[in-house]
Amino acid sequence: MSLASSPINQTARAASTHLIQRVLHLDMLLLTLLALLAGIGVVVLYSAFGGEIEPVKGHIIRVGLGLVIMTVFAQIPPARLAPWAPVLFGIILVFLIAVLVMGQFGGGARRWLDLGIVQFQPSEIMKLALPLMMAWFLARTPIPPTFRITAAGLLLIAIPVGLIGLQPDLGTALVVGAAGASVLFLAGLRWRYLLLLFGLIAAIAPVFWVFGMQAYQRARVLTFLDPNRDPLGAGYNIIQSQIAIGSGGLFGKGWLNGTQAHLDFIPERHTDFVFSVFAEEFGFLGVIALMTLYLAIICRGLWIAYQAQDNFSRLLAGGITMTFLVYCFVNMGMVSGVLPVVGLPLPLISYGGSSIVTLMAGFGILMAIHSHRRMWST
Amino acid sequence: MKLDFLRNFAEERRWVQGRIILVICLALVVAAVLVGRMATLQLVEYDRYSARSQDNRIRLAPIDPPRGIITDRRGQVLAENRPAFNLIIVPEQVNDIDNLLQQLGGIVELTPKDLERFHQARANSRSFQEVTLKFDLTDIEVARLANDRHRFPGVEVQPHLTRHYPFGASASHVIGYVSRINEEELRDSDRTRYRNASIVGKTGIEKAYEDRLHGRLGIAQIETNATGRPLQVLHQDLPQSGEDIQLTLDMELQQAAEAALENWRGAIIALEPQTGAVLALASQPVFNPNQMVSGLDQATFQALANAPGQPLFNRAVSGRYPPGSVTKPFLGLAGLATENMGINETLNCTGTYNLPNVSRTWRDWRPGGHGRIGFTQSVAQSCDIYFYELAHRMGIDLMHEWMTQFGFGQATGVDLPSERPGIMPSTEWKQSRLGEVWFPGETLNVGIGQGFMLSTPVQLAAAASMMANRGRPIQPHLLLSDDAAPPTPQLEPLTLEDERLWQLAIDSMVETVHGRLGTARAIGADLPYEIAGKTGTSQVIGLGPDEEYDEDAIAEQFRDHAVFIAFAPADDPRIAVAVLVENGGSGSSTAAPMAASVIDTWLTHLEETNELSLQPN
Repeated sequence: MSLASSPINQTARAASTHLIQRVLHLDMLLLTLLALLAGIGVVVLYSAFGGEIEPVKGHIIRVGLGLVIMTVFAQIPPARLAPWAPVLFGIILVFLIAVLVMGQFGGGARRWLDLGIVQFQPSEIMKLALPLMMAWFLARTPIPPTFRITAAGLLLIAIPVGLIGLQPDLGTALVVGAAGASVLFLAGLRWRYLLLLFGLIAAIAPVFWVFGMQAYQRARVLTFLDPNRDPLGAGYNIIQSQIAIGSGGLFGKGWLNGTQAHLDFIPERHTDFVFSVFAEEFGFLGVIALMTLYLAIICRGLWIAYQAQDNFSRLLAGGITMTFLVYCFVNMGMVSGVLPVVGLPLPLISYGGSSIVTLMAGFGILMAIHSHRRMWST
Repeated sequence: MKLDFLRNFAEERRWVQGRIILVICLALVVAAVLVGRMATLQLVEYDRYSARSQDNRIRLAPIDPPRGIITDRRGQVLAENRPAFNLIIVPEQVNDIDNLLQQLGGIVELTPKDLERFHQARANSRSFQEVTLKFDLTDIEVARLANDRHRFPGVEVQPHLTRHYPFGASASHVIGYVSRINEEELRDSDRTRYRNASIVGKTGIEKAYEDRLHGRLGIAQIETNATGRPLQVLHQDLPQSGEDIQLTLDMELQQAAEAALENWRGAIIALEPQTGAVLALASQPVFNPNQMVSGLDQATFQALANAPGQPLFNRAVSGRYPPGSVTKPFLGLAGLATENMGINETLNCTGTYNLPNVSRTWRDWRPGGHGRIGFTQSVAQSCDIYFYELAHRMGIDLMHEWMTQFGFGQATGVDLPSERPGIMPSTEWKQSRLGEVWFPGETLNVGIGQGFMLSTPVQLAAAASMMANRGRPIQPHLLLSDDAAPPTPQLEPLTLEDERLWQLAIDSMVETVHGRLGTARAIGADLPYEIAGKTGTSQVIGLGPDEEYDEDAIAEQFRDHAVFIAFAPADDPRIAVAVLVENGGSGSSTAAPMAASVIDTWLTHLEETNELSLQPN
């Protein structure tokens, strides 16, 4: 306290805050929260890997790379970004088709596109390209959008979601769909359209159940509804994950002491089920802390959206934050048995790099929206 | 864009901001739901989950459900379950698997295929799940293992039930067989019902009624000590046994049919014409289903599948043959009904037939012909010339329309897998299948059940039943249902304007068996009842215009197929039969006596004792 209040220190702090917020265009609060989260991720992954340091190092490098990408994106003023939205969307769409066509020749599911020098997943970039496109598209006309604009927006969502679903990569298709739908919702998709949409889905679902699904796919859905139906197979993961979470209790079994994790009972414990490891070792209190952290990031993101100065920025910031929200809650929902297992990582904690880049780029855009505000107009 | 100055941006901002507030609320609600879920798991149900994680030394073992029993209509068991022993390994409890396998190889015989399957299954399961190393140990192997078992922790001899077919090869094409589920079947199945070790019906009734016969998998949760030895069964979800299935088949009649076929390749089907219940369905050669259960290796299976005579091939439902002259009563009836031929009209059969502007000459089977002849005698004596002329008058498409109503060219829908539809050609069929136009000469060939026309034996039996019922179709079926009502037939009833034509057609078939000149008169003598029948002798190879068929000069596989359809008693039909003997020569000498013997067995020996012994299901 005494140190912090000394004049020299105050000046130093003011200078560093200035550097981060005005020069690097980063949002101090968001940066702190993300860093905390990444720190927790490193700690949990170390345990999930059974005390191995090598893979954890790889994770740290990827997070670092993510920070760099975030900083790069934070430099781009939203007004500069907007015109590129349809271009980016079009290019990624072409890539998605290319992946599908090449997958046809390669025989089987393919998500990666090989451009000689770099390999990447177009579907991953679509998680950002679609909300960008939607925000640009919906901000051009008055809000809330008319029926025709809404219908066009739905089409814009359906095309990439359909292409990704065909790969087939249902988890990503879900996130991309949610990202696009979020923007549409923020732009004020009227309630009656929303009701109509739900009604339509409710009407189609039973038909799809009978005609559109294979017997084993139906079995998987039934297994989600009742994991004990198949305790040796698909239900096994979810049962063991719930045992892990439940046995954590209030205080948890302690770091590196999770028996479920270390005796191999938790499936995919570095990736999709990493939350189970965390909950087992850090208990209910840890879970509350982690959720508070996620919630704080989400609220900060939404606050940025709230304060944004034009429709494009508002919609984009809101859409990006809502995508993050879907990520977090779908993952936690699936490992705790509230939602079916769809294969989504827990942001910034799960091991694996493909999603971290788009995620951090998204946060970069958020920060840009916040730091490039024209101060005189608020 | 150009209307931007008309937009109320403040209003729009408030609108989106309203939505953002809504999203914050939504996030809080979702977070609350998740916190509630976590609290349920970690606080409310903590004790339960803590205990479960404590003794997570629980081994989960699937328990195969006992498969349903298959019986015939008298309740005789056709497929049952018998105890047998498998050798299983729990990989988690074994230190050195390779060493163990080597040692075990000295005690039981391990084929490379056993090992391959074991390694594959092991890779697909968790280390504490048991994996079968060898199925169906011999008694000697079981005894040896009992001696040495203390040396091998993690190795167990597990009793289980295996499928057994008491009648062996008899009715093997009806019952089919089970065998271990393969990768592909496993992938497409409901995983909660099948495991690597599960068996699944591969052919016949075992396959057709797999869903009912299989039952539901049970699961035992077995607690083990630190080294993995089982201590106690914590919880057991007992398997639900499969449903028993009773067939309409009469095993006595089935064996009579098989005996009648002697060593010929061919098929005999007997139906109850009123209901469509299959009383016997024989296809020869047969295979031994008991041999298939334990699983044949690839080479043996291939040898069996490709053996001369193809014993795995169910000729009764999958074999497609030119039906030959047995189609004549049906086509003749159609000719009379459409008035392409008069009831009392006669033709002069000289033994040859020509079409205008076609150089080819069509011949009757009898050189010199039958002389002046009408409908009844054309059927009874199987006059080809009469039917060439009739076919020529009707044209192929009208023939197609009528024959299709008797079920020719369509699968009957009998409850056995891999039934084939056969072919009832038409101009449209030829255009779409072969991309060619129809030639008038081809119509003549179809007129005597040759040419492009192909039928399965079960189709012929169903058509004979429909004739016996005077136009009422039946659904051939093997499942004896609880309720008295037989399954609804696929075909529509055929009603004729002149109902007397049915009697005329049936009379012509009676004349075939009992008439002075009938082609099947040899079997008609001294019968206490009347049989309505029709012979057929169908060509396997086409003969040139001036060639004559000489049985002795032709290699066996090119000899004619012998065909016969019949029902009896003619005035009150209680059994309908179709016989097909591959390369059997003539229908009258080879096929007809077989049908007569099956009919006689049923009407004089079996039928009466039958009703009494029907088991309610």
